[in-house]
Amino acid sequence: MANDQWTPGVVSGRLPADQLAENFGDLHPLMDAHEALVAADRCYFCYDAPCVTACPTSIDIPLFIRQISADGTEGAAKTILEQNILGGMCARVCPTETLCEEACVREAAEGKPVEIGRLQRFATDTLMARGVHPFSRAATTGRRIAVVGAGPAGLSCAHRLAMHGHDVAMYDARAKSGGLNEYGIASYKTVDGFAQVEVDWLMKIGGITVEHGKALGDALTLDGLSGEFDAVFLGIGLGGVNALRATGEDKEGVDDAVNFISELRQASDLSSLSVGRNVVVIGGGMTAVDAAVQSKLLGAENVTMVYRRGKDRMSASEWEQDLAAQKGVRIIYGAMPVAVHGNGAAQDVEFEYTRDAGGKLEGTGETFRIPADQVLKAIGQTLDGVPDDLEISGGKIAISGAGRTSLEGVWAGGDCAAGGDDLTVTAVAEGRDAAEDIHQALSA
Amino acid sequence: MADLSSNFVGIKSPNPFWLASAPPTDKEYNVRRAFEAGWGGVVWKTLGLDPHIVNVNGPRYGVVYGADRRVLGINNIELITDRPLQTNLDEITAVKRDYPDRAVVVSLMVPCEEPCWNEILPKVEATGADGIELNFGCPHGMSERGMGAAVGQVPEYIEMVARWCKAATQMPVIVKLTPNITDIRYPARAAKAGGADAVSLINTVSSITSVNLDTMSPEPSIDGKGSHGGYCGAAVKPIALNMVAEIARDAETAGLPISGIGGVTTWRDAAEFLALGAGNVQVCTAAMVYGFEIVKELKVGLSDWMDSAGYDSVAAVTGRAVPNVTDWQYLNLNYIAKAKINQDACIKCGRCYAACEDTSHQAISMGEGRVFEVIDEECVACNLCVDVCPVEDCITMEQMAPGTVDPRTGKVVEEEYANWTTHPNNPAAQAAE
Repeated sequence: MANDQWTPGVVSGRLPADQLAENFGDLHPLMDAHEALVAADRCYFCYDAPCVTACPTSIDIPLFIRQISADGTEGAAKTILEQNILGGMCARVCPTETLCEEACVREAAEGKPVEIGRLQRFATDTLMARGVHPFSRAATTGRRIAVVGAGPAGLSCAHRLAMHGHDVAMYDARAKSGGLNEYGIASYKTVDGFAQVEVDWLMKIGGITVEHGKALGDALTLDGLSGEFDAVFLGIGLGGVNALRATGEDKEGVDDAVNFISELRQASDLSSLSVGRNVVVIGGGMTAVDAAVQSKLLGAENVTMVYRRGKDRMSASEWEQDLAAQKGVRIIYGAMPVAVHGNGAAQDVEFEYTRDAGGKLEGTGETFRIPADQVLKAIGQTLDGVPDDLEISGGKIAISGAGRTSLEGVWAGGDCAAGGDDLTVTAVAEGRDAAEDIHQALSA
Repeated sequence: MADLSSNFVGIKSPNPFWLASAPPTDKEYNVRRAFEAGWGGVVWKTLGLDPHIVNVNGPRYGVVYGADRRVLGINNIELITDRPLQTNLDEITAVKRDYPDRAVVVSLMVPCEEPCWNEILPKVEATGADGIELNFGCPHGMSERGMGAAVGQVPEYIEMVARWCKAATQMPVIVKLTPNITDIRYPARAAKAGGADAVSLINTVSSITSVNLDTMSPEPSIDGKGSHGGYCGAAVKPIALNMVAEIARDAETAGLPISGIGGVTTWRDAAEFLALGAGNVQVCTAAMVYGFEIVKELKVGLSDWMDSAGYDSVAAVTGRAVPNVTDWQYLNLNYIAKAKINQDACIKCGRCYAACEDTSHQAISMGEGRVFEVIDEECVACNLCVDVCPVEDCITMEQMAPGTVDPRTGKVVEEEYANWTTHPNNPAAQAAE
């Protein structure tokens, strides 16, 4: 008998295949050429544009939009990619509503910013569809750099180093490159295997080798890499996850949201994925929203996101919260998990309401329970597998300047490094800047 | 409701909106549809002598777009009617019979020989048409054969042909002028000297709209080659307004009725032509882009505005702005203004700053938090900031009160009018009494 939304437990095939395909279609469909021209025309070409300031990679947004207007879409793409080699992915996953589009003067004027993200995707997709890689390598320098982690930071760093003529050996713990682009972002934001398409396109620069299944602290040691290479860049992300610190966390049906998303992203058949009838997601970040929305799209009847603080403190943007609500996710603010109840498998989660007592969060004593056969924890990731001699700050690799760690010849960037938001675009900026710093250090 | 009825050189129409001589008026079918939609009159597309001309069989229009493919201007290489003369005459007769209250004026273009005009004029008069318009404007094709703009560019020819026509017909004679000359007053004066009842202007502006960079052919392209065409539409309105005003305020042609043509798209455009001296207006491009139904907006818009402004007839509007069109030398140099930026309305795009800093007088400062402010010591009130600001009324030009000191010059603002003719820097200045 086929399953549906009301089937108890954690089961697969709650929705027919065509419904799943529709649910996981492109969230922001690609603009067509005319749509792009109309959207581009809305840009005022601001002086010292606020959108550029708001972009972690400082893309010259008014320039690339003007290039689109002037029928120079490939040039527009190059303007983007010069600053952000993963401009294609960033166009899809950037929280533009809190970055460039929030800063857009038309947001102030009309509440409708120029659609910068979609225009960026139009430009980069147009160029990539033609198979053009607009950058070439400088004469080879003979210098060799190890890049650990083939996520946004590592890829960005590797590409920039390769452009400068260095040879890059990239390593990644997973079976595929891309990092969170491949394993950690909601499926509807990057359809049709775009993460791999983008990696393949990026690698066309040449001079970069990649070995999968090699992680720091496992197959690789920092000492060994430092000895073998002229420089090392660590873009290893956050491999660990925070514990819930609630009883019953070990019950069946309780999982990390990152695992759930990763399995979903790697699934070739969405109807083979299991999802609960009643899903509870604990956390208030992008990962929580991605997990909650995708649970709903897989056919869960009830999906509840519970965040321990107020709406204003939630790190998922207003836009992301609206998306979740629009897809039927219920969001509860100001409640923290106390226990997962159930006989072996999760049945419900008990929460306690919270209040802000002078900056410190405390329980009010009032509790409630939400039925849950699946509980997804999205309460933050932690640094994992870093050697002891590397200085840590606030749970991340301490850096100074453009990603210089406490160890000579070792740089770091992306989520694993201290400072900056944990965003794809921030990781790209940090990888790029570290590459420039490495290049300067090696050229000195 | 204001009275929109129009009496232009004795030709009556229920409103001042005529369709210009062009494709929209090239046959009975279109003209009937136009009249049903509410147009006050038409100038029937130009007739010539048989054998009728032929048109190209490829694209005859080129275009200039604004945002979202909004048509700003069209150029064309279409010639006069490509149908037999009698066909047109029969259709004109039928239309005029069925729409006696509408204006039907017939555009004509025949060689510059009196017998040709004497041949065609009685035939046109027999249709019952209300008047004729002499096409001395068409800049392409026909001009190569000594007609159209080739006549309109030689005032002596204009006067001569106008005189022939006045002698050969009872119908009012309107001379349509080409803008492809250096001074529009000369052909207008010639038309008047020849006895013409009115002038209409402008005809299209010689133009190439674009070049196909793949084929290196101008557009519209016929088998890889292009020819200059006549440009029309909203883009030419400023040129037309100036030419209408020049004729309206010229002592030699003052009072000569003018039919205003050139980019009339909305009622406001029409009102502007009227204000600068036109007795009515002719429309083509807007109809070609949007269809005949636009006349409803034109009529209601003009009427509503006339009501609110207190004009009870079209004639009351005609020429209202003409006294305010003057030569630069008579502009008041003691009128001093400064730009003012409304910080509440400002969206901080910085376009005013870029424009002023890069291309004008460095009179806008950019402060902390993207606060843009006018530096009165530098502002010459050029208006560029107002023009480039995307927010309406965010930047305004504020007149300085007499008696205050202009921080740019350190001089007290004088109350008295003073112009260049008496300015000390003018070598030819006459000392003020």
